[in-house]
Amino acid sequence: MLPPAFQFRGVTQRFRDGARQVVACRDINLDIEAGSFVAIVGPSGCGKSTLLNMVAGLLTPSAGEVLSDGQPVARPNTSIGYLTQRDTLLPWRTIEDNVAISLELAGMRKTERIERARRLLATVGLTGFEQSYPSQLSGGMRRRAILARTLIYEPKAMAMDEPFGALDAQLRMVMHQVLLEIWERQRTTILFVTHDIGEAVTLADRVVVFSARPGTVKAVIDIDLPRPRDVYRLRFLPRFVELQEQVWLQLEAGMRPAEAEA
Amino acid sequence: MTADTSARTDDPLAAEGALHDDRTIFGVGPGIWIWRTTVLLGILGLWKAASLWWIDPFWIGDPAEVAATIADWFARGTIWIHLWNTIWATLISFALGTALGVVTGIVLGLNNRLALVLDPFIGAFYSLPKVALAPLFILWFGIGIESKIALATFGVFFLIFYNTYSGTRSVDSELVDVLRLMGARRGQIIRKVVVPSALYWIFTGMRVSIPYAMIGVVVAEMMASNKGIGYLIQAAAGQFNTSGVFAALFVLVAISVILQSTLKRMEKAFIR
Repeated sequence: MLPPAFQFRGVTQRFRDGARQVVACRDINLDIEAGSFVAIVGPSGCGKSTLLNMVAGLLTPSAGEVLSDGQPVARPNTSIGYLTQRDTLLPWRTIEDNVAISLELAGMRKTERIERARRLLATVGLTGFEQSYPSQLSGGMRRRAILARTLIYEPKAMAMDEPFGALDAQLRMVMHQVLLEIWERQRTTILFVTHDIGEAVTLADRVVVFSARPGTVKAVIDIDLPRPRDVYRLRFLPRFVELQEQVWLQLEAGMRPAEAEA
Repeated sequence: MTADTSARTDDPLAAEGALHDDRTIFGVGPGIWIWRTTVLLGILGLWKAASLWWIDPFWIGDPAEVAATIADWFARGTIWIHLWNTIWATLISFALGTALGVVTGIVLGLNNRLALVLDPFIGAFYSLPKVALAPLFILWFGIGIESKIALATFGVFFLIFYNTYSGTRSVDSELVDVLRLMGARRGQIIRKVVVPSALYWIFTGMRVSIPYAMIGVVVAEMMASNKGIGYLIQAAAGQFNTSGVFAALFVLVAISVILQSTLKRMEKAFIR
């Protein structure tokens, strides 16, 4: 029996904001099974990104602990791939050199790493753009390149923080399809943060709903849609609509008191 | 900005400029070059006229005499030792100041605590007019090329240092995090992210520091030396030879322009 890929045990994260103390998330207890696709939804500022930063070992919890494969997470946690909404390709490198950078850091020979980069670029549909620079690519293509760059070092798990947030609706669907196809094959654990309910239900095995700040786990909803999923058709299934509503009811309940407060 | 663009479109000369003419020389069309030559000839003509009829050449020299002086320096070969000294000292100071400035800028840029500790000292040195240090350096290093290099290096160093420091500080922390999560060591992050993204700032610093390198060298040469363009200026002025002063100034302008344009070309090759 494999230990969960990630475990949050009584995790609380506090920040100082000037004289004020802000509690980003409070007493999070959550297990992420290895090989599963888990989405976290919640209102903005509920500590979703904080959670990923702790998984990545870029932040240490104020209280409680985060375990990766049963061990406390390393700082930084080099066994995970981390994707954010931001464009983090290096502008002075070609796409293939960007994708291959992790192999370059590990000291792999140039011919070998470029060959692997090209294979991955083919997987994400970027053949023909190996020698281009990031500024010459569209937003969607840069997303694909970043995905390829993360996949190339075969991380045991991936933390994704609204990775497709800046794309338009159609392009986002295309990226969902690309991501699901790759995930079906590799089955790496994915922790996916989003505020888009449809995106969460489309992709995940489980959706974790967070309450408004301080973020706490409000509900965990199993998404029993069959796999492999067809991203383009999924949205018309009655079950998809039902699940979306279930998630929304949880979110809505969490939002109301925050509104009254404001 | 708006006034500038409207002036451009109204100006019939602009139509003959770089944008509309493919027969360009150094980026501008022949029309512009004709005008530039006209302006130059006008200035020389006025100068000559002034020295003939209005002002005693003792004060303003004579363009013909200036040209003759420069021609004579080259013909007799006496200019080479001075040219060589000034250019060599400038280049060495430029290279030395750049290397020291880049290294210090990166080290302090990556070291918050050290930067905070040293901040007031660096600020104090920065605000000091560097030429005020010339007598001290001459005292320490003598009247040879060393004192010139010391003064000019000091000036270049501060400019490059400040630019590199700012460039290093403005590196996107998310780019750094991405590489850290890939298991990059500190040295690798510096080589692959910090230095490349600071390069633009470094080049800007290099471009503005070329005149400073020359200022340092020439000032030190004027104070105490027996070689260099600065010495030529000082020696000619000492003999009340105004044309000689102008001749040396023209040579200085030529050196500075050549160095600047060489760097610009290097920068274009480096930065996409």
